Amino acid sequence: MAAPPTAIEQRLSSESDAATDIVVFDNVFIAFDEKPVLEGISFRLTKGETKAIFGVAGSGKSTILKLTLGLLKPDAGHIYVLGEDVTQMPEDALFDLRRKIGMVFQESALFDSLTVRENVAFRLLEEGDISDDEVEKRVREALRFVELEDTVDKFPAELSGGMRRRVAIARAIITQPEILLYDSPTGGLDPVTSTTIVQLIVKQRDVYKTSSLLVTHRLQDAFIMATHYFDRKANEMRPLPPGARGEVPMAFLILRDGKVIFDGDAHQLAQSKDEYIREYIA
Amino acid sequence: MELISPTEFARDTLQTLQDYSLLAGQSIANLFRYPRYFADMLQQADLIGVGSLPIVVLTGFFTGAVLALNSSTTLQRFGSLSLLGQLVSVGMVRELGPVLTGLMVAGRNSSGMASELGSMVVTEQIDAMRALGTDPAKKLITPRVVSTVFMLFFLTIISDLLGMIGGGVVARLLLGMDWHQYWSTAWQILTFQDVFMGLVKPLIFGFIISTVGCYYGISARGGTQGVGRATTQAVVASSVFILLVDFFVTKLLMAIFGYR
Repeated sequence: MAAPPTAIEQRLSSESDAATDIVVFDNVFIAFDEKPVLEGISFRLTKGETKAIFGVAGSGKSTILKLTLGLLKPDAGHIYVLGEDVTQMPEDALFDLRRKIGMVFQESALFDSLTVRENVAFRLLEEGDISDDEVEKRVREALRFVELEDTVDKFPAELSGGMRRRVAIARAIITQPEILLYDSPTGGLDPVTSTTIVQLIVKQRDVYKTSSLLVTHRLQDAFIMATHYFDRKANEMRPLPPGARGEVPMAFLILRDGKVIFDGDAHQLAQSKDEYIREYIA
Repeated sequence: MELISPTEFARDTLQTLQDYSLLAGQSIANLFRYPRYFADMLQQADLIGVGSLPIVVLTGFFTGAVLALNSSTTLQRFGSLSLLGQLVSVGMVRELGPVLTGLMVAGRNSSGMASELGSMVVTEQIDAMRALGTDPAKKLITPRVVSTVFMLFFLTIISDLLGMIGGGVVARLLLGMDWHQYWSTAWQILTFQDVFMGLVKPLIFGFIISTVGCYYGISARGGTQGVGRATTQAVVASSVFILLVDFFVTKLLMAIFGYR
């Protein structure tokens, strides 16, 4: 879990890495009960980038995450994850690919019959070839990252909504996945807890450079991510210096009627002339 | 109640049959694939087998006892009360032991599996498991199928034995029969075919109970109401399925063994 500190300047110097496509949606269609949800959407997530996906309820945001994981298959189009076409992969091969991806579900989806320790360690225990000491060490490390080390022996039902969300983040990051998918990680939480979660996502982005897709209804969360970076020395999120623009790898994607109507950074979003987008961000 | 067209009904039924067959086939195929979850199998064996022991013991004992009680009046009429042991043992071993044990275990465990897996589905725990790179069919379904088949076999043997003891208790205490006579006739009448027939059935019933329970659980939709519906459907379907399959298996085995 230990990674060198990541200053904004260091990120700017690693542009060649940032050009690598991690997730590519190519003209993807999907319908449920004959009702089209995604109608030919295409976008790219590059290495180290966090892309926030917006849209009204039922616009297919969570569907995009499930498609990325191969939990759903599109009716048409291709989805490339880490260079592999998940639309063509059999389920057995998908399980191997999913081990490189972490997902934080909307309602946390912690296993309610397992303790926090067992939940966070689930992936390590499934791999089977890791010693108990190593598992314990990594569980503690992941829980320390989300500042919940003292909940290790508790069951999910004993935790608050925000704590469950943080445990879900710890479970997702324990194997240091190459991609993280967040499904409304701050949904239904109070502003203080939301800020804590946002800080964790920014920390994951800036310290571990993990590529992420983030589904959210809360535009303010994504703007905080676009205007802040994680200062590892101070161990907290700090605002970017005045005038700084594009120093953090943060992008926005807006869906409307099954189509992508915006894909760009915070500055481009703020400059957009589209009436719907202006109304959306107002 | 919502009316659906016959075409839609036929399509839904075929889809259900296809999905169930795939799940049942996969649960067996997973036995030959890695990883195998032996710890989960043991845990399920404890929950299903040891947990069902009290109801199986009670059901077996009292079924044998009431069978002896009911049969005694007819046998006495023909002066053949000495055949009571034979009647109870054959009835228990060939039919009542496997079927009643199957129905009791279906009521307890098929519903348990449907509600547990159904709750996991509606709270996205199944999706989370898949997202974490673990196949729920291998981790959740196969251990339940293996454990149910294995434990139902032994539960049926216990039920058969307790049924014969129950019949013996009635024969001795209420009918005044000689205990030794009851037991020797009960044992001597049993043939290989009877025992074989009685022990093949729990293997099939165990498979039905677990696959039906898991199928309804994993197909649950619509929140807590959907989980409740899945639980009810699992018990009804597995019980009916057991009774239907029992008839055909009995007919088949009787034909194989040349019974008339």
